[in-house]
Amino acid sequence: MRALFAFLSGGLFGAGLLVSGMVDTRKVQGWLDLFGDWDPTLAFVLGGAVVPMFFVWRLTEGRRPALGGFFPPKPPVKLDRGLAIGSMLFGAGWGLAGLCPGPAIASLSFGGLGGLVFFAAMLAGMLVAVPIRARLEAMPRPA
Amino acid sequence: MIEQDWIMGALGGLMIGGAAALYLLANGRIMGASGILGGLVDGSGKDSWLERVAFLAGVFLVPILIVPIYREVDTHITSNLWVVIAAGLLVGIGTRIANGCTSGHGVCGISRLSPRGIVATAYYLVAGAASVYLFRHLLGVI
Repeated sequence: MRALFAFLSGGLFGAGLLVSGMVDTRKVQGWLDLFGDWDPTLAFVLGGAVVPMFFVWRLTEGRRPALGGFFPPKPPVKLDRGLAIGSMLFGAGWGLAGLCPGPAIASLSFGGLGGLVFFAAMLAGMLVAVPIRARLEAMPRPA
Repeated sequence: MIEQDWIMGALGGLMIGGAAALYLLANGRIMGASGILGGLVDGSGKDSWLERVAFLAGVFLVPILIVPIYREVDTHITSNLWVVIAAGLLVGIGTRIANGCTSGHGVCGISRLSPRGIVATAYYLVAGAASVYLFRHLLGVI
């Protein structure tokens, strides 16, 4: 049951990434190109996704997920170095090629060699991140 | 037509939001692509591997069914494989260190008004814009 709903959710996510244009690196780079020919499409994508989710989060209060377990606990408020450094590295790569992880998976079937190479490099990066993350977490936090 | 792109963007965005809502309300989990995939890659999510694989199978397979509807679907990714490799490494390392990407921090985090999601999104948007400015307008490699 959990796997079925995960598959349905993943399928809807993949379809949404395709329909919205998130799999088109030209649109993504156009959105990030503030000093060139700026393309606002991604603002509509983000808005379309965030607004319904805002109300869905309200629904979770005092309830439990339909398939059991618990909703994810409130995330910590602390803003650590990993969050900042990691997000900057991710943003740099996102701008460079125009793909983030979801669209990289959704476009694997039609993205050609470039898409496969991106996906493989991303998996390698995820492995490389393991020791880096451990080291960042071991570092004393700045006061 | 630019305006049609905006409508399709909002429609696709609603589908992405619907997918995140389904994963949260049914499975009780945050729909973050990098976390779901990364947990399989480094083994940290092996307790929930089936759920993760099922989700990723949906992301990969359903577009195959939809692509034929379109006259032309293209990621327009650069043919410069060095750029592709560098970008893929940065995305893989960055999303795992930051514990999230556009779907986890962006869609799920912002909508929850999570400070971490909002700050992460600000960082990757600024870095993304700086990256496009540097590599497109200053260096001309993309």
